[in-house]
Amino acid sequence: MCEFAATAAQSVSQCGQRCGEGSVTGMEKLNVITGVGVPLRRSNVDTDQIIPAVFLKRVSKSGFEDALFYAWRRDPAFALNQKEYASGQILVTGSDFGIGSSREHAVWALHDYGFRVVIAPRFADIFYGNAAKNGVLAAIMPQESIELLWKLLEEEPGRSITVDLQERTATCGDVTLPFDVDDYTRWRLMNGFDDIDLTLQHEEDITAFEKRRAERFPFKPKTIPARHLPSEPITSAREEQDNWPGPLSARA
Amino acid sequence: MGTTLAEKVWADHLVRQGQDGAPDLIYIDLQLMHEVTSPQAFEGLRAAHRQLRRPELTIATEDHNTPTVNIDMPIADKTSALQISTLESNCKEFGVRLHALGDADQGIVHQVGPQLGLTQPGMTVVCGDSHTSTHGAFGALAFGIGTSEVEHVMATQTLSLKPFKTMAINVEGDLPAGVTAKDIVLAIIAKIGTGGGQGHVIEYRGKAIHQLSMEARMTICNMSIEAGARAGMISPDQITYDYLKGRPHAPEGEMWDRAVEYWKTLQTDDDAVFDKEVTLNAEELAPFVTWGTNPGQGLPINAQVPVPERITDESKRRAAASAIAYMGLQPGMSIKDIPVDTVFIGSCTNGRIEDLRAAASVMKGRHKAKSIHRVLVVPASSRVRLQAESEGLDKVFEAFGAEWRNAGCSMCLGMNPDKMVPGERAISTSNRNFEGRQGKGSRTHLASPLVAAATAVRGTISSPTDL
Repeated sequence: MCEFAATAAQSVSQCGQRCGEGSVTGMEKLNVITGVGVPLRRSNVDTDQIIPAVFLKRVSKSGFEDALFYAWRRDPAFALNQKEYASGQILVTGSDFGIGSSREHAVWALHDYGFRVVIAPRFADIFYGNAAKNGVLAAIMPQESIELLWKLLEEEPGRSITVDLQERTATCGDVTLPFDVDDYTRWRLMNGFDDIDLTLQHEEDITAFEKRRAERFPFKPKTIPARHLPSEPITSAREEQDNWPGPLSARA
Repeated sequence: MGTTLAEKVWADHLVRQGQDGAPDLIYIDLQLMHEVTSPQAFEGLRAAHRQLRRPELTIATEDHNTPTVNIDMPIADKTSALQISTLESNCKEFGVRLHALGDADQGIVHQVGPQLGLTQPGMTVVCGDSHTSTHGAFGALAFGIGTSEVEHVMATQTLSLKPFKTMAINVEGDLPAGVTAKDIVLAIIAKIGTGGGQGHVIEYRGKAIHQLSMEARMTICNMSIEAGARAGMISPDQITYDYLKGRPHAPEGEMWDRAVEYWKTLQTDDDAVFDKEVTLNAEELAPFVTWGTNPGQGLPINAQVPVPERITDESKRRAAASAIAYMGLQPGMSIKDIPVDTVFIGSCTNGRIEDLRAAASVMKGRHKAKSIHRVLVVPASSRVRLQAESEGLDKVFEAFGAEWRNAGCSMCLGMNPDKMVPGERAISTSNRNFEGRQGKGSRTHLASPLVAAATAVRGTISSPTDL
């Protein structure tokens, strides 16, 4: 049995003692999912496009569905504005999806809208990690497979894709394509395990490390107590008013 | 075989090695926090009845939502005000040190760590913010994380991670006059693309890199994420030690000597092998400006906007055509013929004292062009603002017709009132030119403080040599 499978067995039994029935956390399990595939023919979809900064001011973790692709959804031609794609659960998109800001709100927005899987040739690292922590699969497929899925989904809008995490395949009609996902992420998604619970099983290792750290690196900084910080008054800037006739582009 | 700088720092933080494909458990020396990506993490901690494991390795500040005017008045935007008051109550409840608006050490989180001397060589530094890569300038392994990981660090002071791949970017030779750190990093991103560093920690190496000041190194490491890298690092040297010496949290006396002794070991071994290696000649570099809607779509300032039909790669052609349409440009036009409305000098990329001095050196004795709507100068932190005022830079900005503001992220992402209207075009010293980044429908050209200031003088994209 590999290490993390053993950890899993332990995790479930520990949780059984601690919180009675059920899994370690509430993260939804993902095994096989069939849902409407949505083609998004774009590469470099950054997290500012997935959810603009103006929606990051909330202190809650849900209710971001309307913010998803906010600017693009003002365009009637955008895929999610077509009734066939509106109930999409599986997004098929171009390379370098999720670049830019680390905002986990991007995954929350996709998830709240109903997406459980995003398929792309390559993902930004932070997005990839964030997805797995929210029960969303980021599946990696070569560009040729993506092109084929785009073609199938555009030929017959509203078509379903079946994603099988156990088999690591996506099936659309009679076409079955393999995708990549690393073993650990796949295992966590299939079991809905939470990272913090898994890590806290290694409490003794953490404590032992902290002891070694204090001996070897006594010079590492601590934020508390704060050290000799002078308090100085900061003056407040004031806004300047002008009669701006608007952007040059609008005047040309 | 030897090891790289990144691998050495990783090894010194290994709590537990993962086996059979499981990730390693890595200890985190410092978690930085701001108001945007922390509330849901605190809420998760509270819901699970967990404590913050190491409040003394945690520090918070307010930056994304903070207004840059009227900071002595209540924040008008109710949701921004709530997010800030939530950070304040969370810090109080969990015992986290907070530099709130109005404090001399308030400012962009990636300036606050270094200016306090909290960011030191060989540390692991995280923040729920992709520009955490900035701290790698000190030879720290520093990277942005999502809110779930913020909560994970709060609860365990560790992260569960697979080792990153390593990438060397060698910048050889001497940098020509008028070419800055910003130009180097924009040229790197244009060369390797927004996904070129994916999965890697970049180590910036070579003569041109080690000649740079700490602030310039921070500019380069800051934008590592724009090349898709997890982190960017520069091995510490005398310039690093000199920057740190005497800062509030730098070690003192015997501890300083012990620290420097350790820091000196943080060098990539001569026989270490990187997974990927890229080399640039600094002598061939020129001031760089972006024309498109991702940071990889940039060119030397004397170049022309690309003609999509001439791009062979289909995906790149499509991306260029869409970017040119969004940006309202003509294919083939000279970059220098692009007129801008607004000039933004600030952000965690270029809002430090050296950046403000560079801008002021161009603005001194001049006035902004009539066609320029506004020139916002926003220091990265309140401490930088005080420093600039002590040097009289504020007077230069005001005489030029620029607005001298309070510290924060400001127009880089427009979470506060500093944003653009649809169709408004800026030259910006920030880090992202994504569609709508600086306000819905806004158009952004990324450049150095020197280019931004020269553009403010002429009204069209310019470098100081055009004046």
